[in-house]
Order: sequence, then C-alpha cells, then structure tokens
Amino acid sequence: MENKVADASRAKVPLTVEDLWVEYQIERGVVKAVRGVSFSLARGESLALIGESGCGKTTLGVALIRLLVQAARIPRGEITYWRGNQGIDVLSLKERELRRFRWSECAMVFQSALNAFNPVLRIWDQILDTAKAHGGMSRAQVRERALQLLEYVQLDPKRVIDAYPHELSGGMRQRVLLAMSLLLDPQVLILDEPTTALDILTQRTIIDLLRRLKEEIGFAMLFISHDLATAAELADRVATMYAGTIVELGPVDDIFYRPAHPYTLGLIRAVPTVTGDFEDLVSIPGAPPDLVDPPPGCKFHPRCPYVTEHCRVEEPKLEIHYGETHSVACFNVRRVQEDTLDLQERYQKYMGGKAQWAQG
Amino acid sequence: MTAVQALMPKTGIRYWPERFVRGIGRFLKLMSRNKTGFAGFLLFIGFVLMTTVGTWFVPPATSADITKIYAPASWEHPLGTDSQGKDILAQIVHGGRDILQMALLTGIISTFIGVALGSLSALVGGGFDAFLTMLADIWLTIPRFPLLAVLATLIKLDNMLFLALLLSILSWAGLYRAIRAQVFSIKERDYIEAATALDLGMWHIIFSEVLPNMLSYIAISFTFGMTSAIYAQVGLVFLGLVPLTRNWGVMINLAWTQGAIFFKDSVYFIMAPVTAIALFQLSIVWMSRSLEEIFNPRLRTG
Amino acid sequence: MGTGLGEYLIEGRNLVRMFGSRKERVTAVDDVSFGIQEGEVVCLVGESGCGKTTTGKMIAGLLKPTSGQILYAGKPVWNPRGDRGEDFKKFRLGVQIIHQDPYASLNPSHTIYKILSTPLLHHKLVANTHEALERVIELLNIVGLGPVEDFLYKYPHQLSGGQRQRVSVARALTVNPRFIVADEAVSMVDVSIRVGLLNMMADLKRNLGVTYLFITHDLAVAKFFAWEGRIAVMYVGSIVEFASTPQLINDPLHPYSKALLAAVPEADPELTRSKERVELRSQDIPSLLALPSGCRFHPRCPYFEPGLCDVRRPALLPVGENRFVACHIAAREAGIPA
Repeated sequence: MENKVADASRAKVPLTVEDLWVEYQIERGVVKAVRGVSFSLARGESLALIGESGCGKTTLGVALIRLLVQAARIPRGEITYWRGNQGIDVLSLKERELRRFRWSECAMVFQSALNAFNPVLRIWDQILDTAKAHGGMSRAQVRERALQLLEYVQLDPKRVIDAYPHELSGGMRQRVLLAMSLLLDPQVLILDEPTTALDILTQRTIIDLLRRLKEEIGFAMLFISHDLATAAELADRVATMYAGTIVELGPVDDIFYRPAHPYTLGLIRAVPTVTGDFEDLVSIPGAPPDLVDPPPGCKFHPRCPYVTEHCRVEEPKLEIHYGETHSVACFNVRRVQEDTLDLQERYQKYMGGKAQWAQG
Repeated sequence: MTAVQALMPKTGIRYWPERFVRGIGRFLKLMSRNKTGFAGFLLFIGFVLMTTVGTWFVPPATSADITKIYAPASWEHPLGTDSQGKDILAQIVHGGRDILQMALLTGIISTFIGVALGSLSALVGGGFDAFLTMLADIWLTIPRFPLLAVLATLIKLDNMLFLALLLSILSWAGLYRAIRAQVFSIKERDYIEAATALDLGMWHIIFSEVLPNMLSYIAISFTFGMTSAIYAQVGLVFLGLVPLTRNWGVMINLAWTQGAIFFKDSVYFIMAPVTAIALFQLSIVWMSRSLEEIFNPRLRTG
Repeated sequence: MGTGLGEYLIEGRNLVRMFGSRKERVTAVDDVSFGIQEGEVVCLVGESGCGKTTTGKMIAGLLKPTSGQILYAGKPVWNPRGDRGEDFKKFRLGVQIIHQDPYASLNPSHTIYKILSTPLLHHKLVANTHEALERVIELLNIVGLGPVEDFLYKYPHQLSGGQRQRVSVARALTVNPRFIVADEAVSMVDVSIRVGLLNMMADLKRNLGVTYLFITHDLAVAKFFAWEGRIAVMYVGSIVEFASTPQLINDPLHPYSKALLAAVPEADPELTRSKERVELRSQDIPSLLALPSGCRFHPRCPYFEPGLCDVRRPALLPVGENRFVACHIAAREAGIPA
C-alpha cells in the first residue's frame, strides 16, 4: 500500500479502488453486494463495468461517491482519488469535504429518467443549486459556463436553460445531465446506464457526444451498463461483473475477441449483432446467485459449462492472464480459449497482422 | 396415487376443517408481523369479548345506591360509582354492545355500498360513472353530522339497523370515490388486459381479478367506516337524540348533565366511557395496520 | 400487403387510431395496412411514439380502431357501427397477447396454478380440475418451467422476471391461440435470459404453428427472432418499410431504415466503430400534435427533395417481390412510377 501512495507515476491515475466490500442488512441476512473489487481508472480512459441485474455494479458506482443507502456499510476497502500528487481517501471524507468532492472532482450521471430532475424547478435553477452546493463559483460565472456547456452538448442553450424537465425529451434530458456533470470540471465522470431507455437514434447522439467529450475534455469515465454494445462503442477497457466481483478486466478488443471468462463468453454469445449474418445465440442457463447466501467456490459455477471440482470449492481471484492488461478470475481459461477460436479469427482478420499472444 | 393426483390443489369438503384451522393459524401469524397491529387486534378482540361474554359474568348496574355516590375505585367497584351509586365498570361492560354492533353493521353496509358503486362506476364508465361522481361530489359537501342531528329529531332512531343504514347512506360518497380511484388504477394493469384477451368476462374480472387486489384497501375502509360510525353514534347519543339506554354515549351524556366534570371524585364517571371509546377506536386503527399487511399478496408463500 | 400467396390469418386495412378530445387529437396510427399469413413471424420495429404498441393492441382486439378494418381469418372483427362482428369469440380466443413488464402481467393474488387453470376451466377446455392440472403441467413443460412442483402453487412475486414471462406465454397458450402479439416481451428481461425466452417462443412456432407479431425497439432482437420472417419499420404512425428480414438488414431502402441500421450500436467493437453513419438533417423528433407536411420524415431525411417530399405523403408501394417502401425517392429508384 505504501508504494502506491508514494508512487509519483500514480499521478496519471485519478481513481484507484482497492479490495472494496459493500454489504447491507436485510431481513434474511447480509447482502454482500460488492465483494473485494479492485481496479484503477486512468486519466482520459473510459472503463465499462458490464453486468446484469444483481451483479453489484450500481452499488459499486454509488459507493464511489458515497451515495449508498443508510443500511449499507463498507466493512473493507479503499477508494483513493488523486489530484496531482495528492491522494484523498474518499471513505474518510467528512460531510463538507465530501460535498466538495462530489460534482467538482467526481460527478455521477444517472439515467435520463424524469426522476433525475426536480419537476417543479427550471433547468437553470437546478444548475445553480448544484453549483452552489458543490463549488464556489459566482452566479454569473455559473450562468456563463452553463450556457457554454449546453451549447457544447448540442442543445439550444437559451431555450433549454429556462425550460422545465418535462418539456424536454429523454435524449435532451440526458444531454442536460451531461452538461451539468461537467459544470465544475471534474476529473472523473461516472455514468449509470447512459443509454438505456433511449431510442436508437437518440442513443447514437449520446454515444457520439460522450466520445467527443471524452476526447476533447479528457476526463476519466466509468460507465455502468448491462449493454455490451455501449461498451463496444465507448470503452477503452471493460470489466465484467458477476455476483459482486469483477470476473474479467481487459482492453475492449481483448474482452470481445479473446474473452477468457465463461461468463463474458456467455454474454457475448447471447447478444446478437444487427448488421451482418445471422448468428445462432446461446443463453446462459440458470439465474444469478443469492447474494445473502452465495454458493461456495466460484459464484458462477452452477451455470458454467466448464465447471470442475476445483471451481466448486475455491473462488478464483482476478489474476493476470493475457499480458499486463488482461486479467481473469477463472481456472479454466484454456478451455474457454479453445472455444473462442471463431472470435479470435475475426479479431485477427480485422486487426490484420499478428495478434499478441501472451501465454498465461 | 398418480404423480398428477399428488399435485392436486387441496379443495373439497373433506379438506375444509383442515383448511380452516390452517387459515386461522396463518391469519394469526400474519397479524403478529406488525406489533402495533397485533396489539390492536388483541385489544379489539378484548372489547368484543367484554361486551358479549363479559355481560354474562358482570351483573348489570341497576341498583342505585345513594350512599355510594361517586365512590372511589375499590375491589367491589373497580372503576368507582356514578352519580346514582351505580357501578361504573358494569355500565362499561354492558354499554359497549350497542356501539360495537352498530359499528360493525355500519362498517359492513357502508363498505358494501362503497365497493359496489365504486367498482361498478369505474368498470362501466360512461354516463353512469359521470352521474355518480357528480352526485358524490355534491354529497360530500353536505355536513353530515348536523344533517344527522336534524334527521334524528324528525325520525325516531331506535332501530339499530335503521341507524346503521342511515349512517352508511350518509357516508357513501367518500368511500365510493376512494374505491373508484383504486379500481381505475387496477383496471389498467396488464393482467386485467390479459384477462380481457382471454375472454374471461366482466364478472370474473371484477370478483376474481380486481377485488382480491383491493382487499387490503377494503379492509382499511371497513375499519374507518367503523370509527366514523362510532363517532356519529356517540355524538347523537350524547346529544340525547337517540333513545338508547345502557350505552357509553348515554354515560357521557349523564355525566355531562350531572356536572361530573366539576368534581374530582366524579372523574371516573366521565373518563371511563370516554376512555373506553377512545381505546376502542385506537384498537380499530391499530388493527388496520395489520390488516393492510395480511391482505398483501407479496407476503404469501405458495 | 403480404406475401401475396393465399389467405391472410390477420389483415389490417387502413387502420387509424386517434386519441384525445376533439380539440387535441393525436393520431397514433395513421393509415396502416398489412397482412400476416399463418405461421409467419412479423416484427414491428420503431422508436418510442411510432405507434407500434397501439397497432399491436388493435390487432389483439384490445383497442378499437378509429377507422379501418381488421380481418381475422377473412372475417371482419368489428362491424362498421363499432360492435363486435360475428365470430368475434373465435377471434378473441385466437389472438393472445404477451406483455412487456413481467411484474405487471400476472395477477399478484393468484398462484401460477390458478392463473393457468382459470381460462381452461372457464372455457370448459377441460372437464374437471384433474384434467386442468394435467394440462397446466403440460403447459409448464412446454414453456420450460420445471420441476413443476416448484411453480404450481407459487405466487408471481416468488418468480424471476424471465420465469414470469414464461408463465405469461403459458397463459396465452391455454386457449390454443393461432396468433400471438408479443409486445416488447423480452425488453425487461436480462440479456443472458432473453435468448432462452426467444428460443422457447420460436419452438412454439415450429411445434404448434403459432403465428407471431413481435413488437420491439431492439433491432438485434428483431433480426434474431424474425430471421425467417419479415420486419415492418414504423415511423410516427405509419409503416415506412416492410420487407423480409435479410432484405431489410442487408439492403434497406427507406432512409429511416438506413439511418436506424447505421445508428444502432453493435456488440462488436470493430463492427460498430467502423460502421458508416447516416447523417440526418435534424435530431428533432416530430411531435404528434404538429406533424410535418407530406412525408413525416422529410425534415430529417438526407435525401429530401423540396417540392416533393414536403408536399405529398408517399404511399406504401410494392417494390419488387413482397417488399414495400413508403418513399418517393426509393420508389423512383426501383422504377415505380410516382
């Protein structure tokens, strides 16, 4: 731990999460929603956290800015936010510092539902409220920046700033949320299901906008989604989550063309593409595990086609597999490799030349 | 027994006693989920028992004894005596029956009217619904209690059933609107649409699809129907407009007219019926909390 | 407007559905016509507000068209005056619906057994409760819910979303329908479970000969489910293109279809990042209260020709074998006289 704190090169990494656990109490017992998650987010990088309902991705996202419900607690783990060379322990921030941290260092954008806005306030009022709560800008400064940002996200600034939320479409509201999130110039942007519940053409504009914003402004982006297609579009790296842990983490091309975890492979095989030939799809049998009383060993083993006795007994850790940047939590990576030759072929075809094979 | 027979749902005369006993057990278990609700339920049962079974054990207070006017609490008279020396506890025990019966009767009748009209209105719609809604809106502006008091002077309200009917008719509008709103919301649900697609018919939809999902709402309405009936009745009796005897309301009336509020010794006389009424109302309100839960299908486990 | 061979099982002619009061009328479905043959799978795709759900509910008989006709097995479903046609009962039981939200589609007060046995007993499709139970068990097996003891007497809240959708399908099957309208039936189900559900529904088509109208906003699901069928693309209340799925996916003709296919994000990084985009002239979705003149898509269409597209509404015309497009430009390029 000391090394990481002193390591100057860490200045490139605005956010590191180390062995984070989040659990909360319900009538039946303790729900272990997040179990030992570790990752880092580099400046200008976008990391996609992919998983289905109940995998803990939203809990993780919300924990990063400490917006968890009262009943939740963090028994273990560290969230460190780096500004230049100075590291801030997010978990020990006091109320006032936390408020300054949120939105001005690390902003979170929720789904574009009407719920994200106060229906009785105009957009300008909400922007002003947010700015006042989290930063120290003057009213005139906020106004100027707000108009600037609304234009940047391709909205008509004068029209939108005085509108009520219900007067805007879903896509427009999502863009307002994005503009608001950039108000105080945060280093890290967390987006929860940025494109779900949006129509195809609106999704396209939001995705293109996010890509442009990231390239031009250079913030680090963590987006949480169940949609593989959004990850394929926007992510530099992808982490797949299952039952509260990250089961695979790697560059986007590696994840899609050389998946090493059976769950990741299962997701890829279950999601059809639109253009191109017909693909036969395979669903993953079974259902996600009960997080109060999960099965022993690997949490995915009841649904895994590659399960062995070892899997039922010991839970695999996220270990290095394909080179420095791609890690998997699975004992049977070789067999998964054998079953993904078609994907690897496609990867080679598109990349031309040789793909790097690091023997794990 | 074939595999299929083993899976048959348990219905039929043979199973009724077993189902009944199991039903009671489940009922009690669900009631006890909410502590306040269960307390209310026990208290309510307590009152019911007191006013029915209790009257067999406690002799009615008919003997006036002027030597014992406003006697303090003692073993012989746990709640003391009133202005005529009559035992207060006995009066409480015997005075509750009318009130309880009236409350239950009014609750049942008003709930029935409200549910029937409300659901019919919501499901049939059109002119029928528009007319009833307008009528309800007008009805709600009428001040009930003054009207009741006026009616009481014109008509002899000695028949309990009649009084219950009258109270129900006067208070139908509120319940009608609430039930109608509930049915409107349930009516739009997908499973009702599916029942329409399956051609299951309007009666089936009302009784089998809509009503079971409104049971908790109906139960709550029933309890509040009871509480408002009690207030109305006690009010009327207190004002001397209803010729009933042996009634908590009568006790309050007597206590009031006898000036019981002015003496320290007579505090039992006026407080006893007031407390009895308040406790009874409280038990109903608390009980409604449990009722809400037991009718919630999400608590059932198949 | 179908494959042109033989009778249609369900046919819609000039269907119009309006909502609202006389002052503020919204036309959700504006002159839609099509025909679906027995055993076909037709997908209705479009974005929110295009009228696909309204069309689906009209076909299922749950909404009456404001004008236009629906025919089931050749007979009109509604009489001109608006009351039920003859043979309405056959239509009613012959067309069933599966809803989108697994949490709202089953009555929370009923056990699964009760949900499935009620239609059987009500319509006397079985003689007694014993037979009802046998048939319920059979249905649970058909939709892949087992072991049956684990489902029969449970309540809906004890089942997962995917399981509830299967019960919905089983419920639809109780009355032996010939036609099923699936309204976004897999949209609220987890991705890894979706495929299982879709495969189960496809099996019903193969084994029981069920015809489908599958409504969805997800092009990938439409492509997978209706690969051997057809897709109708809707925009602001009308069908703009109607073609077999491979044709639509590989060679879309209507500018809106082209835009959709180019815009949809794909779960394949190389594919999605190298896709050629179709630039639209405007991002604004037309409001149903103030529709554009002529072709509804013209304000956004990259092929817009002033004087033509904003003046005359293009009709849904046949362009080639069993293909229809509602676009002046596309029709011209296919050699159809305007």
